[in-house]
Amino acid sequence: MIALKRDRGALVLSFVLPLAFFSIFATIFGRSGGGTPTVKLIVVDQDHSQASRALVKGLTNESSLVVMTKPEAKSKNAPAPADYTAATAEAAVKAGDAPVALIIPEGFGQHPIAFGPDSGGSTLELLNDQSDAIAPQIVVGLLQKAAITSMPSTMADEGMKYADKYVGGFTPAQKAKVDEGLKALREAEADGKAGAGSGSSGNGSSENAGAGIVAVNERAVVGENKKSPMISFYAAAIGVMFLMFTASGSAGALLDEAESGTLERVLSTRVTMTSLLAGKLVFNTGLAFVQLVAMFLWGWAVFKLDFFSHLPGFAVMGLCTAFAVAAFGMLLASLCHTRAQLGALSTLVILIMSSVGGSMFPRFLMPESLQKAGLLTINAWAIDGFTKVFWRDLPVTDLWPQVAVLLGVGVVLFVVARRVARRWEYT
Amino acid sequence: MRASRQETETGTALEVDGLVKRFGDLTAVDGVSLTVRAGECLGLLGPNGAGKSTVIRSMVGRVILDSGRVMVMGQAAGSTAARMALGWVPQELSIYPRISCRENLGSFGRYYGLKGQALKDAIAWCLHWAALEEKQNDVAKTLSGGMKRRLNMAAGMLHRPKVVLFDEPTVGVDPQSRNRIFEMIEALRDAGTAIVYTTHYMEEAERLCDRIAIIDHGRIIAEGTKEELVEGTFGRRSQVLARFAGETEAIEAWAKRHGGRVTTETAEFTIEQAGEIAPLLDDAKKAGLELVDLSLKRPNLESVFLHLTGRELRD
Repeated sequence: MIALKRDRGALVLSFVLPLAFFSIFATIFGRSGGGTPTVKLIVVDQDHSQASRALVKGLTNESSLVVMTKPEAKSKNAPAPADYTAATAEAAVKAGDAPVALIIPEGFGQHPIAFGPDSGGSTLELLNDQSDAIAPQIVVGLLQKAAITSMPSTMADEGMKYADKYVGGFTPAQKAKVDEGLKALREAEADGKAGAGSGSSGNGSSENAGAGIVAVNERAVVGENKKSPMISFYAAAIGVMFLMFTASGSAGALLDEAESGTLERVLSTRVTMTSLLAGKLVFNTGLAFVQLVAMFLWGWAVFKLDFFSHLPGFAVMGLCTAFAVAAFGMLLASLCHTRAQLGALSTLVILIMSSVGGSMFPRFLMPESLQKAGLLTINAWAIDGFTKVFWRDLPVTDLWPQVAVLLGVGVVLFVVARRVARRWEYT
Repeated sequence: MRASRQETETGTALEVDGLVKRFGDLTAVDGVSLTVRAGECLGLLGPNGAGKSTVIRSMVGRVILDSGRVMVMGQAAGSTAARMALGWVPQELSIYPRISCRENLGSFGRYYGLKGQALKDAIAWCLHWAALEEKQNDVAKTLSGGMKRRLNMAAGMLHRPKVVLFDEPTVGVDPQSRNRIFEMIEALRDAGTAIVYTTHYMEEAERLCDRIAIIDHGRIIAEGTKEELVEGTFGRRSQVLARFAGETEAIEAWAKRHGGRVTTETAEFTIEQAGEIAPLLDDAKKAGLELVDLSLKRPNLESVFLHLTGRELRD
């Protein structure tokens, strides 16, 4: 009690940690930070009919969707890229640019909707990435909603056809009146007064997409052949989090050495502070990498993770992640004066980084703002990299953004740690 | 290199010249100058807070000096060459408690750049020197206090330094282990190693040190051999120590009348002949002071220290 009272840093952190953690969870699950997570949706309109355009417009108006019909321009002055095709849309989903792509086939406008199965309506194709189980459900739900709200004339028209077929048709006077109403609806659609959608953040989903008024055929284009879809994700996510704890604990040996006087003695030998820290960085990097290897080997042995066919990518991502995490631990240790402070600070920072960075739950579940904040964490970049390797089966060359960020972060953290460690160098 | 030849020619292994170190408004070390020759043991004595540790750390190169310089075998303290020529045995046990003696020595040996057979030989020499051969595989924290101290010393000897700094190496050690430590240090000194030795035990300084420097308030207030210090402080006079029952003010007034002083409740005088004692005591009786204890002795190092600093060494 006395020791805790005198270690004010540890005392403050003991109270800050639960508050900070509570706030993060409240933001994610309490929706206080932005409502339904926004889903990126690639749309390929092969039909170019009034109905398909109305449907695309309805989807675009949904606030929970970011509809992309063409890739983003690489720079402001670059020529506008061509619209997505079915092939480029599939490639984009495979690359992780968006979790879902919707293909509106040619002929959709002739039979856009169907009331019940085997009713002869067109079938849309939904390409998805199985690592994000939520996005396709959101898209399918909003697709049904958009079909109803954005194509009222089509709805009415198709309803008339059903009435003709099953009820026996209308009288000429009734038909004239219906036609008049349909004309008004079409004019309203043309004026944009109908089919705008509510823009709400509805959370609809469809258990069986084919049973909606718009028939949808879902097809996984990433992870369709994986034996255990989310194992690689969790191996990376949990692995990185515990790597950080191990790295900070291991770097804490520096504090023990400083406290016992061993550090001062070591610095009186041929060893300089830079070489000492560099040595510890190399050791801690190795330790973290071995820990990752153990984690993935366990995943392979117990959960059938396809480890050995991804060795090059694993080695690259594992070493970069281990390096960044080791440097992170060194910085934490050099910032603290006692083991108690280190324990509190590392717990605080690591749990926050892990929750925001996707180690506890996938980032696609989070509000947009938190997803962006996650990019400030080592966890997010490491998990993204491992996902590229184990989930998307991308080649090692595609890992360059993650490799660059992790190595860059590691170097910067180490340089800062070295700077902070000057306080141990001289009396 | 020229500096190194000079050191060899003069035999000076360690040189401290005009050392000044301030911490804010406090001047911890104020113009300290010292030299230690090869094969010589210099005792650095001083009360707590006198500046000993700062001087020692300056020799190691762990202090940014305000002015002055420290040279180890002709190289600036803190340089790689100076570090390799210097062995430092800190007062605190600076060893790894969870690994064995041999592993401790191996670690420190590697810090000094030793490897392979050279490292093995160095470890063997240190284990023998510290009489820890039979305990070489024991975990450090399981050793007795004396053994830990010896391991602490051995960890600074792996590179066979030419200058060794011992900072109170016998703190908390039983008499038997202390004797063993003395033998280790004497063996080093006899082999030509220059030694700086700080201690709170006067008898250690008298046994081990060829010369002694007394530091107080950051300054060297006396330096020389034991005999030189006694001679320089007391001349041929003897010391009279008297304790009285009575008012402190009366005792101090009486001591002052006879050129003495009161330290740690004892009145202290120096006299040339025993006949000078009787008049002193007569005057004390007249002042109403009741004599409790009286002793006459030839001054020693402790007398010098007490006389110069006004404090016992162990205060």
